[in-house]
Amino acid sequence: MATMLAQTHAFTGLRLMQKPRSTGCSRVRGVAARAELELKPLPFANDALEPTISSATLDVHWGKHHRAYVTNLNNQIKDKPLANKTLEEIIVETYNSGSPTPEFNNAGQVFNHDFYWESISPSPTEPSAELKAAIDEAFGSMDEFKKQFKAAGATQFGSGWAWLVKGKDGKLAVTKTPNAENPLVHGQTPLLTMDVWEHAYYLDVQNRRPDYIESFVEKLINWEKVSERFAA
Amino acid sequence: MSLTELPPLPYSYDALEPYIDAETMNIHHTKHHQTYVNNVKGALERFPELKDLGLVDINKAVGTEKIPQEIATVIRNNGGGHYNHSFFWKVMGKPGDNNGPSSDLKAAIDSSFGSLDELKSKFNAAGAARFGSGWAWLIYKSGGGLAITSTANQDNPLQSIVDEGGIPILGLDVWEHAYYLKYRNLRPAYISAWWNVVNWEQVNANFEAAKKGDVPV
Repeated sequence: MATMLAQTHAFTGLRLMQKPRSTGCSRVRGVAARAELELKPLPFANDALEPTISSATLDVHWGKHHRAYVTNLNNQIKDKPLANKTLEEIIVETYNSGSPTPEFNNAGQVFNHDFYWESISPSPTEPSAELKAAIDEAFGSMDEFKKQFKAAGATQFGSGWAWLVKGKDGKLAVTKTPNAENPLVHGQTPLLTMDVWEHAYYLDVQNRRPDYIESFVEKLINWEKVSERFAA
Repeated sequence: MSLTELPPLPYSYDALEPYIDAETMNIHHTKHHQTYVNNVKGALERFPELKDLGLVDINKAVGTEKIPQEIATVIRNNGGGHYNHSFFWKVMGKPGDNNGPSSDLKAAIDSSFGSLDELKSKFNAAGAARFGSGWAWLIYKSGGGLAITSTANQDNPLQSIVDEGGIPILGLDVWEHAYYLKYRNLRPAYISAWWNVVNWEQVNANFEAAKKGDVPV
C-alpha cells in the first residue's frame, strides 16, 4: 500500500505539471480518503461453534460468502464517491428509499455478516440487568422474546435475517428482513442478528432450519455484546 | 397434478449423478417439496372451495381476489413452491438421454436469442444474478416469442405479481438448497453442470403446449 501511494503521488505530481485531468484527481482523493474495506477475521476459532455451526460451514460462510461480498463491494465502489463513505452511509444511500442500487446487496451483506459474527459467543454469556429489564418490558419475559425471535427466523421465507432492534421510539422489537436488507435502512438500531440464509446452516442441518435456530438462540447468542450495543 | 399430493420423481434419486447428487435430490423432493405440498394442504383445509382450482389455476390466481387475504402469502409461497418443483423435476432427466431442442423450438430460440448458446448465456446470467433465493425461467410470452426471466423465492411466471409473465418452458431452481451440499457457494458451477441433465424432450413438449396456450406441469 505504501508503495502504491508513493507511486500515485509521483504520478500525480507529473500530471500536475502537465495540467491534470479530472480522472487523475478523483483517483487520488479516493485513495487518500479511505483504504479498501477489509474482511474482518472471525472473532472465534473456526471450530468453536461446533456442533451448532461446523467449521465446514464457517470455512465457506466466512471464507467464501462474506469474503465475496467484501471483494464485490470494493470493486463496485472503487474510484466512486461511495468509496469515501462509511459502510453504514453506503447502506443507507444505496438502499435509495427502497429502490436499491447494485451496491446495496454487497454493502448490506458485509454489514450483516460483521454484525452476525459479533453476535455470537462460543461460551455462555448473560444479558446486563438493564437489557434484561428492557426485554421484560418489551416482550414480557426472556422466554417470550426468544419465542418471537425464533419465529421471525423460521418464517422469513427465502433468504434473510432475524433481528432484535431498538426502534425509533427507543423500544425493543423483533423484526425480520429479506436478503441483504437490515434495520439501518428503517432507521432502527440493530442489537442482535441471526442469519437464516440456507448457506448459514445447510451443511449442518440441511432443510431443518428450526434446529439451527433453536441451537443458535439457546447456545450461541453473545449477550454481553448485545448488552453493550444496547447501552451504546 | 394434484394440489395436495407430492408427485413422485420421474426417475431415481441418483439418476442425475454426478451433476446433481442423490442426497440433494432426496432432501429436495421428500423434504422441501413435501413441505410446500403440506402447507398448501393446510391452507386449503380452511378454504376447501379452492381445491377445484388445480395447481396451475391456483398459481394464476396469486395476486388476485380469488385467493382470500388470510392465505394469500401461504398460497403464493407454497402453491408457487409446489408448481415450481413439480415442473422442475420433469425438465430434468438422466444425462445423455436427450438430444437438444426440436427444430421448431430451435427456430424459436434462434429468432428470440440468435442461438442456443446465447440463450444459455442469458439464462445462466439470470440464474447467477438472482440475489438470494429464486428461479431462472425460459418462458413463452403471450404475444409469441421466448424470453428469459428470473423470479424471487417461489414466485413464478404464472403469477400475476411478477414483472414478466408467460408460460414456463424451462426452469432452474437457484435456491441454495438446490446445490449447496455439492457445490457450496459456487452457484455458477451448478448452473453450468445442470445443462447436462436438461430433459429436452420435455422442454420441446412444453413449448408445443405453450404455443396452444396450455400450461405444462
